[in-house]
Amino acid sequence: MIAIEILRFSVPLALAALGEVVSERAGLINIGLEGIMLSSALVGYAVAASTGRPELGLLAGLIAGVVVAAFQAVLTVGFALDQVVSGVAINLLALGGTSTVYRRQFGALNPSPTLPTLGGLDIGPVLVLLFAVAVGWGLYRTKVGLQMRASGEAPRSLEAIGTSVKQIRWMAALAAGALAGLAGAYLTVGLTQTFVENATAGRGFMAIALVTFGRWKPLWVVLASVLVGGAEVLQYRLQLAGLGVPTPILLLTPYLVALIVLVIAGRGAGAPAMLGRAYENSHG
Amino acid sequence: MAVLAVFGLPVGSSLTSLWNGSFGTPLGWSRSLVKASPLLLCGLGIGIAWKAGVFNIGGEGQFVVGGLFGGIALAVFRGAPPFVLTVLILLSAAMGGALFAGIASWMHQKRGVSVVISTILLNFVAVQLLLFAVQGPLKQTRDSLPQSETVPEAVRLARLSPQSDLHAGLLIALATLVALIIWNRYSVAAKELALVGSAPRVARANGISAEKIQRRAMAVSGALCGLAAGTEYLGINTVLDQGFSQQFGFLAIPVALMGMLSPAGIAVSSLGFGALYAGSQQMGRFERGGDTVIFVVQAVLVIGLLIANRPRASEASA
Repeated sequence: MIAIEILRFSVPLALAALGEVVSERAGLINIGLEGIMLSSALVGYAVAASTGRPELGLLAGLIAGVVVAAFQAVLTVGFALDQVVSGVAINLLALGGTSTVYRRQFGALNPSPTLPTLGGLDIGPVLVLLFAVAVGWGLYRTKVGLQMRASGEAPRSLEAIGTSVKQIRWMAALAAGALAGLAGAYLTVGLTQTFVENATAGRGFMAIALVTFGRWKPLWVVLASVLVGGAEVLQYRLQLAGLGVPTPILLLTPYLVALIVLVIAGRGAGAPAMLGRAYENSHG
Repeated sequence: MAVLAVFGLPVGSSLTSLWNGSFGTPLGWSRSLVKASPLLLCGLGIGIAWKAGVFNIGGEGQFVVGGLFGGIALAVFRGAPPFVLTVLILLSAAMGGALFAGIASWMHQKRGVSVVISTILLNFVAVQLLLFAVQGPLKQTRDSLPQSETVPEAVRLARLSPQSDLHAGLLIALATLVALIIWNRYSVAAKELALVGSAPRVARANGISAEKIQRRAMAVSGALCGLAAGTEYLGINTVLDQGFSQQFGFLAIPVALMGMLSPAGIAVSSLGFGALYAGSQQMGRFERGGDTVIFVVQAVLVIGLLIANRPRASEASA
């Protein structure tokens, strides 16, 4: 079923993008998303393959995501360093770290077991639905959601009423890390059952693009993910069908689709005003 | 050393091969310089964009498209005299990189798309474009290998010594370095560029068009990354294939950062990272994972530098 395939391929993008929505709404552009996903993809796969329990793989990936995100938050929130530079460094660290660990340890590990399915669907799309609702509800209907949005729009005002901006940003960063971790683990545990070097191949970056395209709104972001996930599936299908379209042209479609939608979406109306700005307490 | 130990690499023997592969032997030195020259060109390019406040993450894509344009130039101007052809290939490579960077500028200035995001996505597009070219339009006719025609001997960049891979690309990189140092010191445009990057409002208040300067900085940035690809193409690779890009455009980001975005600083850091690169390749021959560990070392250095130079609370809130 191509619909189910599209849904499943959208899962890593959608989960990562939902996490990115939380992060960006709080004012943090999480450039390290790719690195977080990559780390979790390796950890999730390793745990699932060695224990034979895919659900433990997902859980381990989630935890790994939180750990890497915490490290990034030490830089971007704790030290209030430049978010882009910190993110680039995190990605480099994750790429080097996972490749080195993989080459040294996992040369010949077996494929990890598949997740249990119901009517062809595993838990992935369910998680996306669940978290889309949770993120939407959390951001718009809870106090902490309001504080997060304020941290992205007007951090000084938030601090003026006695709320710690850093604390709120820490929470957003960790939540984004958990979702990115789940996304990375689902990529290996749920979809490929194996790890290759640079397994994420830009999906984290794509998820960041999707947040802009989806206008920082959880539901739109999920729909955008399904669109790009669909392009990815289409590309595999066409490759299998052997229609003579050169493989590289097919492989660049998802990236091209993401670029084109960004151009069409145009100027980032709805972007948090203080997105990407480091925040330092005024009485630090 | 700590990084090596964390990954279970034998510290002693790894450091020995790292040293022998870089500054420990004459061959190591030349290998380091071979890696340092493209890093220097790309690093200068990244540095100039970032200095103007444009976070160009697309050095890798600009490098790859530069190589692609070099390959196209070879095919188009095949009949030209060797030296002319060499120059044309280098110019095309620089132009290719500049044009590719121009896409990101256009997306940013006309459509409001973040340069960070567009350049990252364009990197992936570039790699696939190159693969497409070497499987189809630019593919050589001898056999079925997906690679371009080999650059004729006479068109290649001259070797600086018969024993090593060291080639005239190093001189091109050094000439660019000197030109940029002079430009930085004596031109008004360089001051404006730095102002646009560090205090865009002040720049605007003084009637400086930030858009124009950032567009130009991005074009120069792409051109230098493309030129780096041209020198690699004519000096080392001599063909375009899947392995053409060795991540120089990507590694140039930490190079530029460690060099504090200044040309002289970037020269020092590209030499350091070139040695690290050459040495880690040597390490990779003896230990699995010895070569990928370089990324970790780079990341740790950048993070260390960031923390050491962190803005103090009083400055940040000013």
